[in-house]
Amino acid sequence: MTGPVWEQVIQIAADVLGAERASLDEHSGPEKIESWDSVQHLNLMLALESHFSLQFDPDEMDKMTTLGKITQVIQAHAGSPSSS
Amino acid sequence: MRDQRRAQIDRWISQGSWQEALAGLNELLAVEGLSNATAAFTGGRYEKLRSHISLVPYKVAILRSFTVEPVVPILRVAGFGNGLDLTVHVGEFNVYAQEILNEASALYGFDPQTVILAVDTRSLAPDLWSEYADLTSRDAESVVARVSQQFTDWVQAFRRYSKAHLIVHELEAPAFPAMGVSDGQGDGQGDGPSAAGQRQRIAEINGRLRTLARETRGVYTLDYQGLVSRHGSDNWNDERKWRSVRLPIAAPHLPDLAREWLRYLQPLSGRVAKVAVLDLDNTLWGGVVGEDGLAGVRLGSEHPGAAYQVFQRALLDLARRGILLAVASKNNPADAMEVLEKHDGMLLRPKHFAAMRINWNDKATSLREIAAELNVGVDSLAFLDDNPVERQRVRGELPEVMVVDLPEDPWQYATTVRACPFFERLSLSEEDRHRSEYYAAEKQRVALEASSSTREDFLGSLEQVAEIAPVNAVTLARVAQLTQKTNQFNVTTRRYSEQQISAMADDPTCQVLSIRVKDRYCDNGLVGVAVTRDTGAVCTIDTFLLSCRVIGRGVEAAFLAHLAEQAHLRGKVRLEGWFLPTKKNAPAREFYSAHGFEQIREEPQGTLWALDLETKGAAWPEWITRGPGVEVTA
Repeated sequence: MTGPVWEQVIQIAADVLGAERASLDEHSGPEKIESWDSVQHLNLMLALESHFSLQFDPDEMDKMTTLGKITQVIQAHAGSPSSS
Repeated sequence: MRDQRRAQIDRWISQGSWQEALAGLNELLAVEGLSNATAAFTGGRYEKLRSHISLVPYKVAILRSFTVEPVVPILRVAGFGNGLDLTVHVGEFNVYAQEILNEASALYGFDPQTVILAVDTRSLAPDLWSEYADLTSRDAESVVARVSQQFTDWVQAFRRYSKAHLIVHELEAPAFPAMGVSDGQGDGQGDGPSAAGQRQRIAEINGRLRTLARETRGVYTLDYQGLVSRHGSDNWNDERKWRSVRLPIAAPHLPDLAREWLRYLQPLSGRVAKVAVLDLDNTLWGGVVGEDGLAGVRLGSEHPGAAYQVFQRALLDLARRGILLAVASKNNPADAMEVLEKHDGMLLRPKHFAAMRINWNDKATSLREIAAELNVGVDSLAFLDDNPVERQRVRGELPEVMVVDLPEDPWQYATTVRACPFFERLSLSEEDRHRSEYYAAEKQRVALEASSSTREDFLGSLEQVAEIAPVNAVTLARVAQLTQKTNQFNVTTRRYSEQQISAMADDPTCQVLSIRVKDRYCDNGLVGVAVTRDTGAVCTIDTFLLSCRVIGRGVEAAFLAHLAEQAHLRGKVRLEGWFLPTKKNAPAREFYSAHGFEQIREEPQGTLWALDLETKGAAWPEWITRGPGVEVTA
């Protein structure tokens, strides 16, 4: 994956999960990354919400199971009229 | 830039350059802002610095009715940046009442220094929050009574089982009352829900809570409604998050909650600023006086320059809290003094500044000199400068200084200072309100000393009167405050809360005394504390401290003479005391030897000294008059 949103998502995920940036890719998710538990998932969601100035729906949060899917949800927000 | 900054911080850490890494982390938070993302990166790095830098350890427990876990890393990071190493215990979800009421709970087992009771209206009084339209007036009254009683039970049980401080969140009212604009508009008659109003009911609970806090030592309330209002309840509250993960607060405002908690934790832990050191150009006024001249600088009650006057008002408020103001400016002294003395827009005048350094030295040198002149540690200084380069240099050279990041917009200077935890105090003594006057009097004393031919002349002409009294309800807060804040003339540096002082005062083998000193220039207020403990024929000094304001004027000799006389009257034959050295209490090192004590023990942590009361005792200095409470004995 490429693009400005992806770059920011992977950087924030590396910070929150305490992981090397190089160790993360679009398939990274709670199943693959040991430190990615439910508390860290919430932290990651909150970090992304404040960084991109948006709020995720509970439905969206259920879908955001990998960094790739997270990026898609954020890109969809960016394309919708309600986003900032 | 972002990646480079992170890589540089990691390099410093791997090289063991701890101070550089600390300054880098603090700068990162200043530039990128505090959030879950920056807290995650900086938290891990601060963790590696912990054992290499000077931090005040502090234990906080959070009891809560909502998800606070994502706030905890932000709180710890913000604490690190402010010199606190916070250990945080989070109570189980929604079992706060059991934790408080059960003496054997994990809460008390953790032995916190401060407990935050973060309970929200949604959980504690759902009927007042979302079901108000279904209530009769009588129902609503009984909810108010029920909730108020619960708070009373919790606070009383807490005070029985713990000496820790307690911060209780006040209750928030919903942004839209159930009955719309009719809320609270009725004539108070009838049985409908709007009679007294939903907001009014919640305000009643908060009012009772504040009364309860005022009447219970060490209990404080947090104005949660005010906090939400500052940020706007539409922005603050996130109903979706509440319904999905029990987090009622929107992500961007989690740091605001952490910062609000720090406004309490900073003064409770004693890590606060005693002095605000200010830059002048573009900080106290707009423009550069050396270039723009007296008439050209922007300052006044109207545009342009009103922002700077608003800022000066906020600084005057700090002075009223007992925080000293000082100036560190790179300027020609004549130019700067002209503005300080003559500009119509200035609210602050030279008399408001306890120390001034207007020269071309670097700021770190000026800060060191100001600390020395005012007799405080460099770590008691806060530094306010509009120039981020100066701030970062001070961070690098004097990491113990509290650097306040003024935003670019001068209109935000005042709110930055008002929100800054370093300037908070939880109880204000008379001494705090008048502190800047004491320093003005001190300047007169220095002049007197310079004109006196001998030291005896000077001490005699000061006309000092000392009053010594057991601690009482009026002086309790100040006595505890002095044990918390006094670093230099302090033989044991034992810190006590009001609750602990009060317990010692009730102990018949213990004496807790305070000394007040007046002289020809002013009433210096309560400036010293001594705690002694009797064991058999020996009286031991647990605490002996003096505010740096009165060091070097023989006040310690008078206070000690009183302790010795009183101990002798109680039949004691020896007065003993430990000197426990710290980085800062060198001024007290010679105290015992200078007053006839002999060293009787030496341990790694300090030395034990003794004075024979039968044969030696301690003499009251003749140049100090005994005031009320200081009986003369034969």
